[in-house]
Amino acid sequence: MSDQEILLSVRDLKIEGRADETWNPIINGSSFDLRKGEVLGMIGESGAGKSTVGLAAMGFTRDGCRISGGSVVFDGIDLVTADAATKRALLGKRIAYVAQSAAASFNPAHRLIDQHTESPIQHGVSSKSDSEADAMELYQRLRLPNPEEIGFRYPHQVSGGQLQRAMTAMAMSCRPDLIIFDEPTTALDVTTQIEVLASIRDIVEQFNTAAIYITHDLAVVAQMADRIKVLLRGDEVEEADTRTMLSNPQQDYTKSLWAVRSFQRELKAPVAIHSTPVVSVQGVSAAYGKVPVLHDISFDIHPGRTVAVVGESGSGKSTAARCITGLLPPGKGLIQFDGESLPADYRQRNRDQLRQAQMIYQMADTALNPRKKIGEIIGRPVEFYMGLKGAEKRKRVEQLLEKIELDPATYIDRLPSELSGGQKQRIGIARALAAEPKFIICDEVTSALDQLVAEGILRLLADLQDTLGLSYMFITHDLATVKSIADEVVVMKEGKVVEQGPKVEMFQPPHHPYTDLLLSSVPEMDPDWLTNLLNERGVDNIGDAASAKI
Amino acid sequence: MTFLFQVAAYVFALGGAAFLFRLIGRNITDNAPYFRDMSAGVAIGFAIGAFAIFWVLYTYLVNFSGWWSRDPASNKYFFFYVAIHGLIIFAIVAYAFRWLGRNIGTEATKKLFRQMPATASFGILVIFIYAIVSIFAGFIAPYGQEEVLKTANLAPGADPAHLLGTDQIGRDILSRLIYGGQNTVGIAFATTCLAFLIGITGGFLAAIKGGWIDQILSRSVDALMAIPQLIFALLLMTIATAWAGNNGLLVTLYMILIIAVLDSTRVFRLSRAVGLNIVVMDYIEAAKLRGETLPYLVFKEILPNAYAPLLAEFGLRFCFVFLTIASLSFLGIGIQPPLADWGTMVKDLSTFLSYAAFLPVQATLPLMAAGAIALLTVGVNFVVDWMLQRTSGLKE
Amino acid sequence: MNSVLGIILQRLGLGLLTLLVVSILIFASVNALPGDFAQAILGQGATPEAVAAIREDLGLNKPPITRYFDWLAGVITGDFGTSFAQANMSSFAGADTGKGGIASVADQMWPRFKTTLFLAGTAAAISIPLSLLLGILAALYRNSAYDRFINVSTLSAISSPEFFLAYILILFLSFLNPILPSLSNISEGMPFLDKLYYTLLPALTLTLAVTAQMMRMTRAAIINLLASPYIEMARLKGVSPMRVILIHALPNALAPIINVIALNLAYLITGVVVIEVVFVYPGIGQLFVDSVKNRDIPIVQACCLLFATVYILLNLTADIMSILSNPRLRHPK
Repeated sequence: MSDQEILLSVRDLKIEGRADETWNPIINGSSFDLRKGEVLGMIGESGAGKSTVGLAAMGFTRDGCRISGGSVVFDGIDLVTADAATKRALLGKRIAYVAQSAAASFNPAHRLIDQHTESPIQHGVSSKSDSEADAMELYQRLRLPNPEEIGFRYPHQVSGGQLQRAMTAMAMSCRPDLIIFDEPTTALDVTTQIEVLASIRDIVEQFNTAAIYITHDLAVVAQMADRIKVLLRGDEVEEADTRTMLSNPQQDYTKSLWAVRSFQRELKAPVAIHSTPVVSVQGVSAAYGKVPVLHDISFDIHPGRTVAVVGESGSGKSTAARCITGLLPPGKGLIQFDGESLPADYRQRNRDQLRQAQMIYQMADTALNPRKKIGEIIGRPVEFYMGLKGAEKRKRVEQLLEKIELDPATYIDRLPSELSGGQKQRIGIARALAAEPKFIICDEVTSALDQLVAEGILRLLADLQDTLGLSYMFITHDLATVKSIADEVVVMKEGKVVEQGPKVEMFQPPHHPYTDLLLSSVPEMDPDWLTNLLNERGVDNIGDAASAKI
Repeated sequence: MTFLFQVAAYVFALGGAAFLFRLIGRNITDNAPYFRDMSAGVAIGFAIGAFAIFWVLYTYLVNFSGWWSRDPASNKYFFFYVAIHGLIIFAIVAYAFRWLGRNIGTEATKKLFRQMPATASFGILVIFIYAIVSIFAGFIAPYGQEEVLKTANLAPGADPAHLLGTDQIGRDILSRLIYGGQNTVGIAFATTCLAFLIGITGGFLAAIKGGWIDQILSRSVDALMAIPQLIFALLLMTIATAWAGNNGLLVTLYMILIIAVLDSTRVFRLSRAVGLNIVVMDYIEAAKLRGETLPYLVFKEILPNAYAPLLAEFGLRFCFVFLTIASLSFLGIGIQPPLADWGTMVKDLSTFLSYAAFLPVQATLPLMAAGAIALLTVGVNFVVDWMLQRTSGLKE
Repeated sequence: MNSVLGIILQRLGLGLLTLLVVSILIFASVNALPGDFAQAILGQGATPEAVAAIREDLGLNKPPITRYFDWLAGVITGDFGTSFAQANMSSFAGADTGKGGIASVADQMWPRFKTTLFLAGTAAAISIPLSLLLGILAALYRNSAYDRFINVSTLSAISSPEFFLAYILILFLSFLNPILPSLSNISEGMPFLDKLYYTLLPALTLTLAVTAQMMRMTRAAIINLLASPYIEMARLKGVSPMRVILIHALPNALAPIINVIALNLAYLITGVVVIEVVFVYPGIGQLFVDSVKNRDIPIVQACCLLFATVYILLNLTADIMSILSNPRLRHPK
């Protein structure tokens, strides 16, 4: 593969973005080569400039950005200096793009197939009928249901995972030499992600298309790419073959990224048989209006333990939390706290009952009042529950800030907008701690954060649990998080508890089939994981290369 | 036919100029992307812009023959000159004010002025001046608003004691303009405040409580808004005048109430929407779960986050109320004598407009009153526009 | 398709209901008048017999609910009652009043409504294409010198009261350069071109006021649209700029643009009131203002209902059109 000719050569690419009337650098000189048929994985945390580089590889910048230096040479043409018409002739025909959100990137006013055939017809590659026939074949290869018919639907009539595959098909419509995949599976559930990953990898191999695969997920990129390039805040960190990179990263930053997944708490002794659970959910059913969401769920959370509630979107895990907090009074069933029944509606609970159970939210941005200073945000529960005022209150707030490892003097008078995502999440934790609760609900607290930051939050929560003896209900869709922090696991699907038990048991077979599907769908760092998994599941992923019509 | 021929010649000349402009641009810049990828439409746009600037300059330089004369032919350009000079003065004032703001005051205000476009600083200056004139009208105005002097219809400049002359029954026009400002601006401001009081209370109540309170309030607002506001105001004013009889002050008071209620519908909708957006935030949920009371939620959690959109809306609503009151007064159904106001003044002085050709200064009198209305709303709108852009920019 | 039909029928029903509520609102407001019509017509010095006669004549002895339904029934059949100015004279003469003759409100209203429609139509015919074109251009070349110029000048136009715009136009186009007449002496049966000539100046004033508003809304809607991921996708597919606008942006821009147009047509309806007074244009706005001043309640009431009806109908049309142009509703799952 290495002796094949170079398709795309990016040299010292610099990109600037406009903010406050000045141009600031976003990318400080990126260089890489891409050979025909090669897949380059580009990874980095949010703000690393992955998407910007990906788009610039097409000679395109978003509004408010500009290429300020360097070259992007595609097959002998420099896309930085080429005129608009030359670039247009390449886009769609020889370089194609697959966007992160297919639902937003398909035009809602046109049928899928009309959008599919647009490029071939406009670029004069094939006729309408030919490219429609080709579309159906591509749909079939990508294992879309009803390939003959699905193209004649409008985007809103097709599910997210299917749309993402239809978009891959659309990118393939002119059989381009290069496709840019910009986080194509980030918005999807794990079980759906597998299918999309498999079909993308499949079709790229079949047509020997070169690709740049942009993602923040290491395990995903390990499956897809031949080579991996790591970016950090507009700078290049390192680049190497996938296997080399995974087994032997050179730079500290890359090593720390790799290490995130190894965080694991030591196991605790099993719960004593007669221990009273802090929170006990007993036979709870609930509904939004007339739509039933929860069906007879029960689980216990014991003192000093973490119960992870796992499920995909729509499984009812957040609704369970709303029932416990009393925001959504359950239609049936009981919530007990320390062995006593709680009133179903939070408005009927007394101040002490409210204080004992606190909550930490997924989006720190919406969880903190943007107009209040950190000191006020944390100080309010201190004042409200503990009755502390003035200097005493401030001292307590400073203690709390120290507990969450933020310097009190620096942060106490700042507004939330002056903090980073991870710091905001820590403030959310401090606010919960300020009430001195026994029990905290953590609702997807790490899923909006980058992996390194998320790991810091998980470690902090674990330490706090050890020192303060807190109990957690940890809602998440991410099984890696479950592995690292949970003591017990509750698996939910469609409003029902599918399986529950101690973590050790849950990660050992035999499983409930759904748990099995969930567990096996979590990508692993092993580059052969996807291939092995598909073989195991009995899907012929390589496809019939002989029948490929190129 | 010659007219059509002329038009064709102009179009042809414009097209040619555009083509030449692009060609020369390409050659001079050695085919820089900007000129290389320039579409014909953009080139024609440049040509039109250049032509307009050229025409203004040409007319300005060629036709000037003293400030105004008895010769109608040259008076034709009197207003053109007033407009050009006005624009230049306004621009200088705006930039000077912004420069002052950037160099004087606290760090916070300096920073604010540094981010501000010239239009916004102009707007702030206008609002500032209007506020001062309105508040201190009694000290600034040389005569009373109802004071009838001996000579009626005195021309502007004819008597140094009456800078802008006197009106048809002998009242000093300058004094009436100043008092008119106090009355019109003051009444509009009071009306807007009242409308906000009603609208915000209702809107937040609907947003937080929801349920049947929201239904009742929202549906009544829908019904009120189904009748065009000016029309409904006129209908209600008919009834109000019947109640008030010949008491002008009472009519004015009724007008304030009527417009405040009608305008509060829009404030209601906005504050309800803003409230709903804030109520779904997790920090409100956190406060509710903490056991906070309703007043705490409204005043400590919701209101601080609603200031920005509500302040911008206050500017917009003020403009709208101000224009509505001016229109009503212009129609003779708004602010009543003895109070002087700009809308009524425009109507009373409007006959002077027909003297434009031979007595241009007289003809500016009605325009001055109308312009005074426009200037304030333009100023407020400039500021609001900047505020809206700033808040929407911060979101991204 | 059924769900769309359902939604549209629902909107129509809602519109009808709104109209009904509005009619109640107007009727109730008018009934809040002190004393009653009869007293108002005849003034303080009227003999009790005359008052009683008029009360009988206008049906004022009946309870308000009956009168409301009588009035509503009349409105539905096109009979808006009798104008006071007329009722006054004819009652004293002891002549037959009521339906027919020049005394009826409808007879005064319809011809004036037609001339107003002509004015609004002329203004709409100029302003809609103009503002769409300028607005789309401003969106395409946003932040350019053109866009800034447009932004400042439209803001100024919106901020100015209509009579200010009217006087400026009169000043330049009528007094300083006698191109157009400053008074609209329109009569019925005038040839179309003459009518247009006399309507042009008020129509231009309305155009100025409405175009600014419409342009800003169009610009905002288009910018919003151009920022959507599917437009970026289309550009990344190498589609020509023209095609991006026509095929990808326009079908989705339809709903917002229709909304902009309908909202501003509704605005035209109110805008005519002031402008008709400035130009002495014999339309319904002028009639309305005169009747308000004369407290000719039946006409005020009828005009108010007419304005409200047009307003509601326009909003309803906008609503239904944007439902029809939404692919999500046209092609349900």
